[in-house]
Amino acid sequence: ENTKIRVKPDHSGVVTDGVKHSMNPFCEIAVEEAVKLKEKKLIKEVVAVSCGPTQVTETIRTALAMGCDRGIHVEVSGKDYEAMGPLQISKIFAALAKKEEASLIILGKQAIDDDCNQTGQMTAALLDWPQGTFASEVTIDGEKVKVVREIDGGLETIKISMPAVLTADLRLNTPRYATLPNIMKAKKKKIANMKPADLGVDMVSRVEVLRVDEPPTRLAGVKVETVDDLVAKLRANGTI
Amino acid sequence: MFTAINRRSLGQFATLWRFQSTLVRAEHHNNQLTPITLNAITAARKVGGEVTCLEAGTNCAMVAEPISKVQGVKKILVAQHDCYKGLLPEELTPLILATQKQFNFTHICAGAYAFGKNLLPRMSAKLDVATLSDITEVKSQDTFVRTIYADNALATVKCNEKVKVFTVRGTSFEPAAVAGGRAATEQVASPSPAGMSEWLEQSLTKSYRPELTSAKVVVSGGRGLKSGENFKLLYDLADKMGAAVGASRAAVDAGYVPNDMQVGQTGKIVVPDPYIAVGISGAIPHLAGMKDSKVQLTVTRVIVINKDPEAPIFQVADYGLVEDLFKVSLSMMTRLDIVILKV
Repeated sequence: ENTKIRVKPDHSGVVTDGVKHSMNPFCEIAVEEAVKLKEKKLIKEVVAVSCGPTQVTETIRTALAMGCDRGIHVEVSGKDYEAMGPLQISKIFAALAKKEEASLIILGKQAIDDDCNQTGQMTAALLDWPQGTFASEVTIDGEKVKVVREIDGGLETIKISMPAVLTADLRLNTPRYATLPNIMKAKKKKIANMKPADLGVDMVSRVEVLRVDEPPTRLAGVKVETVDDLVAKLRANGTI
Repeated sequence: MFTAINRRSLGQFATLWRFQSTLVRAEHHNNQLTPITLNAITAARKVGGEVTCLEAGTNCAMVAEPISKVQGVKKILVAQHDCYKGLLPEELTPLILATQKQFNFTHICAGAYAFGKNLLPRMSAKLDVATLSDITEVKSQDTFVRTIYADNALATVKCNEKVKVFTVRGTSFEPAAVAGGRAATEQVASPSPAGMSEWLEQSLTKSYRPELTSAKVVVSGGRGLKSGENFKLLYDLADKMGAAVGASRAAVDAGYVPNDMQVGQTGKIVVPDPYIAVGISGAIPHLAGMKDSKVQLTVTRVIVINKDPEAPIFQVADYGLVEDLFKVSLSMMTRLDIVILKV
């Protein structure tokens, strides 16, 4: 999680070869919330979905070990995967939601690589469902969901009809660690495999990354030994 | 410390700016333009062309005037309806789509704060176009810069969509002047309410201290403070300086302070000058919150106090004091009467 990222020398992107991939932290929180709702018997089945190359099945297995019932791996690789953005992913999720007759979609609010914070909102739009984003508290109340959301400066409460899309914010819950018995059980759970074309989804993206750069480096700072030193330095250069 | 939680009254408005077009959406509270609106307008103007603003709310009469004065705004579209209570994205989306159909804007944008981030992607998906989140620079009408990997890299992105939708990082653009503008106002009809979402209430923490994301000086404490009580020293110092108080995620997770004080990738982004970090080690998430592409280029001073000379946060410090934060007396620091915080 705290691995330092490196920009590729040709500025085409960020180095991902050899870097360990793990579940996006916000997605872990989403999985945890879904599993909790099932444990409270408010929902019947939790399906974990991930879009990407073969490696994502490991992430799906982690979700299964946390308590999801089955998984769906939508295979996207190569150039399609590099160009894949929230719009393309949301089209896949919307198609799957219809196919699976889902009543609730829970995702992490954003991925910590592209930091977009869009997929949930876009999925809701494509399905014409309401959205409860940046959720810090979720309560199912009959056919509606009460969502407390994190907004600038505080919290907001909304009530939305189901089916709905929710996106998880940091404080929604604390994800569990998968126990060894559950990891073993997860090996037997099913992960279905399909491609975007099977869902009638066009992966064309009209956004191109022209280049990736490191942020400008800061000039080296000055170390001081005592508060008096610090005060003296700051006085000397006019800060105080 | 913070006073008790305060409920805000519902005199809310949504303003979307469209630019010839960029639609920029701004929110008003108590007749005042939210600051990020002015930053978003600057970004919109950098794209070139005409800027139109769409305002939606339950009582728009109060709002049109401040916006019409903003330099660079050509026209204001106003939509008033009770269904805009709470500014729900499910209600505002059909409105933006209707005005887009009528006026055919080339760009639509909003500030990248909770409201804009919640609304714009929903709207853009209906138009089958991408949204560029949290842009920090406008290079041309189709090329923008945004950060990825928690501000650890900058991506220059070209958008080939027929309508370019983006949210604007407020701290990366100067606010547009609220003077010299003389925009015309036009009423627009509201589509029928979608009715799938209901706004219940809002609770905002009220503080007499400056708001973290717009404060000129920020003092932040980390896990080195060791307890919520010790944060009192930071509050006291902040009060002397008129500073806002922030915290690292570690301090928030440890329960020392409420979570809306968090500075970092999943918390708030701050751009003060100086920024004083006390007892914070500087794991990546926190550094992302205190940095900003504009900050890199300006003179924001970062002052760090931490007893571990190897702490990553020293890498971004302009002045670093390697000292146990509890050893240095507060009185010595306050005689400086600036932002050096020592606990």
